[in-house]
Amino acid sequence: MKRAVYPLSLAWLLLSTAQAQAHLVTTGLGPFYDGISHVLLSPDELLGVTGLALLAGQGGVRCSRLLLWTLPVAWMLGGLLGLHQSAAVSLPVVSSLALIVIGALVACDWRVQAAVVISLAGMFGALHGYGNGTVAAQSTLGMTGLLGISATIFVLVALLAAFTVSLRPLWTRAAVRVAGSWIAAIGLLLTGWALR
Amino acid sequence: MQRCGSPPELKHWHLRCVWFLTLVALWPVSAWAHVESGQAGGLLSGMVHPVSGLDHVLAMLAVGLWGAQLGAPAVWVLPVAFPMVMALGGMMGLMGLGLSGVEVGIATSAMALGTMVLLEARPPLWLATVLVGFFAIFHGHAHGTELPEDASGLLYSMGFVIATGLLHACGIAIGLLHRWPAGRVALRCGGAMAAATGVRFLWRALG
Repeated sequence: MKRAVYPLSLAWLLLSTAQAQAHLVTTGLGPFYDGISHVLLSPDELLGVTGLALLAGQGGVRCSRLLLWTLPVAWMLGGLLGLHQSAAVSLPVVSSLALIVIGALVACDWRVQAAVVISLAGMFGALHGYGNGTVAAQSTLGMTGLLGISATIFVLVALLAAFTVSLRPLWTRAAVRVAGSWIAAIGLLLTGWALR
Repeated sequence: MQRCGSPPELKHWHLRCVWFLTLVALWPVSAWAHVESGQAGGLLSGMVHPVSGLDHVLAMLAVGLWGAQLGAPAVWVLPVAFPMVMALGGMMGLMGLGLSGVEVGIATSAMALGTMVLLEARPPLWLATVLVGFFAIFHGHAHGTELPEDASGLLYSMGFVIATGLLHACGIAIGLLHRWPAGRVALRCGGAMAAATGVRFLWRALG
């Protein structure tokens, strides 16, 4: 009888399914996943988040923990402000300049103070969050979408910063610096693109 | 229950499957699911551009080779400096700021960096970085002025920085031959070939 419990339970679960809720629109969770995919499909935001996470990881555990909360919260607050705007806003030059600064700091590996990293993160997050908020206001993203964006950023920072903190061999730290130089280089090119 | 073939046959079947899947994965048509106009074109254009010219490829490989010969910290300082200064040159090109003698500069870079590899030159780190940075501006300017009209700026930039970095990485990987005496000779021969090809490009650029 005991051995029959598992197959019987499985059979009951398979036969008693409700709707699979394939279409997220009806569950109201569509915008949340739209928010997740927005971050993952926005290279400029992804680069900035990656750069900040690498920078915080270089700064150590304390810096990483501070960034883990600062960046998503700043993004969310910026987004809430942006939700009340009537037109979508984007600041490509400011965004690309931020990439240059973040990338250059990672490339230099100066063990920047946590206060500097958090200030940069706060400004970057608020700026991009504001831009996302203005877009969310014009579309179906709304507050749920902003939550999805913030959640994704939280996860990305957690993974990348923790990975960077864990690196020990010297060549891996050099690889992080190379990644920072790539971010700065992309920022430089974007600045040129925005100003052409 | 009878086994499906003997172990060597199974292993052979597995190898065939791996080869088949690799071919399918590399078959370009299979990757072009939805190519939104300008997006994939921008990333691919960017990635292809640094490898589209032998002069670019030689210079970037030479940077990696020379860094490997010099050892740490040059082995990562030079591949950090080159993309950043190259991007500065690219920014100048994008903004329409002129730079004279771009083709001459690019040809000279292959010649000069190839010569550094040939001679196993060991200048101070700052001098090596300045030399690499000086030539990087010409490469970047050329990339910036040659971008296609419909390319997505961000994806193009990402593509070309990544491709440049990967070329440096190839140079560094080849430069690991430096550990062996025969490898050192091979690297110096490679440097000589790069320098000779650079002379040929310079001749054409001046002609």
